[in-house]
Amino acid sequence: MQFMLLFSRQGKLRLQKWYVPLSDKERKKISRDLVQTILARKPKMCSFLEWRDLKIVYKRYASLYFCCAVEDQDNELITLEIIHRYVELLDKYFGSVCELDIIFNFEKAYFILDEFLLGGEAQETSKKNVLKAIEQADLLQEVSQTPKIFT
Amino acid sequence: MALKIVKGSIDRMFDKNLQDLVRGIRNHKEDEAKYISTCIDEIKQELKQDNIAVKANAVCKLTYLQMLGYDVSWAAFNIVEVMSSSKFTYKRIGYLAASQCFHESTDVIMLTTNQIRKDLSSPNQYDTGVALTGLSCFVTPDLARDLANDIMTLVSHGDCVKRKRCSVLIMYKVFLKYPESLRPAFPRLKEKLEDPDPGVQSAAVNVICELARRNPKNYLSLAPLFFKLMTSSTNNWVLIKIIKLFGALTPLEPRLGKKLIEPLTNLIHSTSAMSLLYECVNTVIAGQYCSSVGSVVLCVQKLRILIEDSDQNLKYLGLLAMSKILKTHPKSVQSHKDLILQCLDDKDESIRLRALDLLYGMVSKKNLMEIVKKLMLHVDKAEGTTYRDELLTKIIDICSQSNYQYITNFEWSVSQPVTPHPPGISVSWWTIRVFAVAQMATLLDNAHLLTGSMQRNGICEVLYAAAWICGEFSEHLENPLQTLEAMLRPKVATLPGHIQAVYVQNAAKLFATVLKSQEGNTDSTTAQETSQLMIDRLPLFVQSANLEVQERASCILQLVKYIQKLQQKDVEVAEEVIALFAGELNPVAPKAQKKVPVPEGLDLDAWINEPPSESESEDEQPKAIFAKEEPKHSRPRHTEVDEKELARRREARKQEQANNPFYIKASPSSQKVYQDAPGVEHIPVVQIDLSVPLKVPGLPMSDQYVKLEEERRQKERAEKKKKEKKKRKEKRSGRGKKHDSGPESEEDITPAHMVDIVTEEMPEVRCVSLQIQFSTSRIFNELSPSSFWVFNEKKSSKHKKKKQKKEKEEKEKKKKKKKHHHHHHHSDGGGEESVQNGTVEEEEPLPVSVYDIQGNLQDGSQVVVSVIFENKCDSFLKSMEFNVLDSLNSKLQRPEGSGPHDGLTVPFQLPPGVSNEARFVFTVQSIVMPQKLKGTLTFIVKDSSTHEKLDFKLHFTCTSYLITTPCYSDAFAKLLESGDLKGSSVRLEGVNMPFHHLLARICFHHHFSVVERIDSCASMYSRSIQGHHVCLLVKTSGQTVSIDAKCDEPTLLGNVLDEIKQTFSQC
Repeated sequence: MQFMLLFSRQGKLRLQKWYVPLSDKERKKISRDLVQTILARKPKMCSFLEWRDLKIVYKRYASLYFCCAVEDQDNELITLEIIHRYVELLDKYFGSVCELDIIFNFEKAYFILDEFLLGGEAQETSKKNVLKAIEQADLLQEVSQTPKIFT
Repeated sequence: MALKIVKGSIDRMFDKNLQDLVRGIRNHKEDEAKYISTCIDEIKQELKQDNIAVKANAVCKLTYLQMLGYDVSWAAFNIVEVMSSSKFTYKRIGYLAASQCFHESTDVIMLTTNQIRKDLSSPNQYDTGVALTGLSCFVTPDLARDLANDIMTLVSHGDCVKRKRCSVLIMYKVFLKYPESLRPAFPRLKEKLEDPDPGVQSAAVNVICELARRNPKNYLSLAPLFFKLMTSSTNNWVLIKIIKLFGALTPLEPRLGKKLIEPLTNLIHSTSAMSLLYECVNTVIAGQYCSSVGSVVLCVQKLRILIEDSDQNLKYLGLLAMSKILKTHPKSVQSHKDLILQCLDDKDESIRLRALDLLYGMVSKKNLMEIVKKLMLHVDKAEGTTYRDELLTKIIDICSQSNYQYITNFEWSVSQPVTPHPPGISVSWWTIRVFAVAQMATLLDNAHLLTGSMQRNGICEVLYAAAWICGEFSEHLENPLQTLEAMLRPKVATLPGHIQAVYVQNAAKLFATVLKSQEGNTDSTTAQETSQLMIDRLPLFVQSANLEVQERASCILQLVKYIQKLQQKDVEVAEEVIALFAGELNPVAPKAQKKVPVPEGLDLDAWINEPPSESESEDEQPKAIFAKEEPKHSRPRHTEVDEKELARRREARKQEQANNPFYIKASPSSQKVYQDAPGVEHIPVVQIDLSVPLKVPGLPMSDQYVKLEEERRQKERAEKKKKEKKKRKEKRSGRGKKHDSGPESEEDITPAHMVDIVTEEMPEVRCVSLQIQFSTSRIFNELSPSSFWVFNEKKSSKHKKKKQKKEKEEKEKKKKKKKHHHHHHHSDGGGEESVQNGTVEEEEPLPVSVYDIQGNLQDGSQVVVSVIFENKCDSFLKSMEFNVLDSLNSKLQRPEGSGPHDGLTVPFQLPPGVSNEARFVFTVQSIVMPQKLKGTLTFIVKDSSTHEKLDFKLHFTCTSYLITTPCYSDAFAKLLESGDLKGSSVRLEGVNMPFHHLLARICFHHHFSVVERIDSCASMYSRSIQGHHVCLLVKTSGQTVSIDAKCDEPTLLGNVLDEIKQTFSQC
């Protein structure tokens, strides 16, 4: 996988993860182009499109579009599966996730993604294990944090 | 210590955390940028503090801002600081920020090496985790080199499964950045393929699979191991990777393919996971399994299930995979034609497009007609969408693939309104010509069948081509008389005007052929009957509302009448009549149109602008409307004419022209312009065309005919090596006519043709000349003439009488101007420094009228200015030099070697009362502003041998850079949506004319075309020579007209609008 983008129906980027080194300018251009292209597609259209030399796999969940770019030989269906898996993870973690969860806890969304994918490849296919890892890491964070007496 | 912690918490209480920032941004939707800049200032303050918690919070906020598109590279060092925090909470944020913000050119990355190394070996597996995650995003070659060993240690000695897994995965990134590390690391990686933990195993499979895709041959040795894994593994994620790996390996080792067939087919049969099934099918297709037809059939069957599925995604992938099979096993796919045709009805456009792709390969001689018929149905349904354009393109592709090999029925192909008839088929033209002519004749004969059902105007376009082909190649017709009769049926009058015009013109050609065939026949009744037929039927066309038809018909009618007279005297005329169509008379008609004053109420857009060849090719490539496309006429049209022969003829022609004082030579530079154009030099006819003015201003129409005819005659004459004298006489007589014959005087002209065309033309020449008709009409469409003004600067006149005379003249001119109002031809100061000669009374000015500025489409920076010089005095004028003071922006193109202030010699002399035309090429840098160029014309009056000078000004209006370009409404809408255009508007008060007049006026004067018109509102489009789009929305209410305009160049737009305003203020 080359990169993953999450964006809203209004075209606002909610999350981006780049597994290939690109300059900020290129990233911006790609995400702008892609967001436009995908938003222009009709709701009943299939989830795949060929874009430049990449295959784009996207899926819409409520108001959010999840979009992955994979290489030519990659399997579209498994990419779709990855997207779905990630959404399930978010859902489990936040408890019926909504767009606002991702906006306000965007770093958490990243942590979950990182726990699931590494360098663009699925590192842990078991949902349970991913969630467990996240929980433990969060626990570690709580422990190391100062008691929230004032906040 | 405790106090410090509490203090830190207090500090943090007053800071914004990420949630506050997000909330703040959401609450400041109007002035987001301003709000964020204050936030960034705050963050900068926070970063200066020592407290790592504050810093981490700031970095977290920065990461969010980075996602919103703000540059945070300045904080790179702070990110490193946070990364190196010992607390996991902050470290995590630091690494996240780094993985989002760092890339290879971030210089602080090298500072992180030691920190990452420390984290990798940290006892805390989560520290290692975040470090690996971060590294996967921003690993650089340096980092890869320095950390490769640390990662290897993790791989082999990792006590924790997760750590092992991650480090195996990250090895791939390291190998990519630092390939040297691969060799020493590979044995350990291989070990991991058999790791007891499925996670680690799958990671290793992943890495090797990715590596093998890049360089498969190094991994062939692993095939047995993978084979074992494939048959034992049940994890679909792993299986997919392994199968993909085999897909990469099998092309190198065909035996592997044979071995794989069995497990793959088993998987295909057994699996319920579509992703796995799809991967298997893809591998079977991609591999060299061609020997096994069975497996392909199985794949196709499975794909059929996918395509039949209600899931759009499966459908799409099924079709995609089908198209891959199609390349190797077209037959197996063809049997599912029904299914694929079904997909054309799918509501998802991307699926329909995939199905279309498939159709292309499924066409055979047998099913072509059936498929195209189905597609045509879809074309009707898909009116006005991009899908329709795609459909049309595909139909044309399908029909024309492999040089029309599948087209067995030519008549059928031609009867398809979208098949690429004249332009496309002319590629293979010569071979099928005779056949084609016969088919076309049948088609014309059966035209009434078509006309019945053809209110879709697509179909009748084919008649346009058919008529032309029949006329042009009439010698191949079996029964020209019958075809002629078919072409003159009264029903033809219901066809669109441009087709009728072609009918009329080609009826004349057929007529000539019939006469020819009857020549020598003692019984002349057939010939006379034919003439009578023409005379009977043509008046119908003379009454046509379409100017072009009217014009051609009346012209030909007079000609036929004259021929009839000759026939009655038993004069042999066939040769002459045939010769009529041998020369360059053909281009006359489209040009003649230009000179006709536009009658009130004529819609200029429902006009010959859309010959079928044009409209079809535009359908093919709708996107190209806005791209700077290559002009279509640069397509080599008749390569079959021998190159040498062409060169020889060209040379001969040049010779003639040089010897011919009356030949209007293009200035050397303008000649060059056309030659520079890519591919154009192969089309000699194009050059001929362009040397003929597309438009002649203010001259009576007949003069145009005479002039063109003269040119043609002169050419023929030179061929015959006739002497000069006689011609001069003729020319004089021709010119004499000009003054007394009005625009309707075709009767006078036709005999002029008759007298002169007693030539035996070389048949090949005729072949060349027939191409002109198409090429001129193309040029004609593409280079529409432009308006401009010329001002002859008035100087003090010495004689009152002269002045009065001039005033009179001016009035006359204005009258003319009204008549030919599309010329915009404006001679402000009619007279000027006059030619001095003996008698004052006869003193007349030499007006210079620039009548035409044309943009050169092939070069967005060139315009061609045609100038007519008319000598109104009684003396012979010679040694004329035309010079223009170059401005920074516009330069007159001068021949090489001449200085920037040298004048250009006008390549002719002017006897009294004679006018002639010269063309000058200007290079224009910027076209966004109108310009005035000052110029002088110097000349010598022969009788008095005095040197005279005439000053003038050239006006290049912005309008003159616009080229009438048709635009489809959907393309227009897209253009407006694109948001690249800037708007402006103008209001015209007190415009008292019908709306359609108003539109016609804008079209004519300013080169727009109407895109769409709804009641009192119309959208219009034009394009500049440099490709700027100009869109207008014209609305009218009462006497007020409002024009909203959009253009990608605001200055140009402003000027065009000013010019439009001026046009309407003048009326």
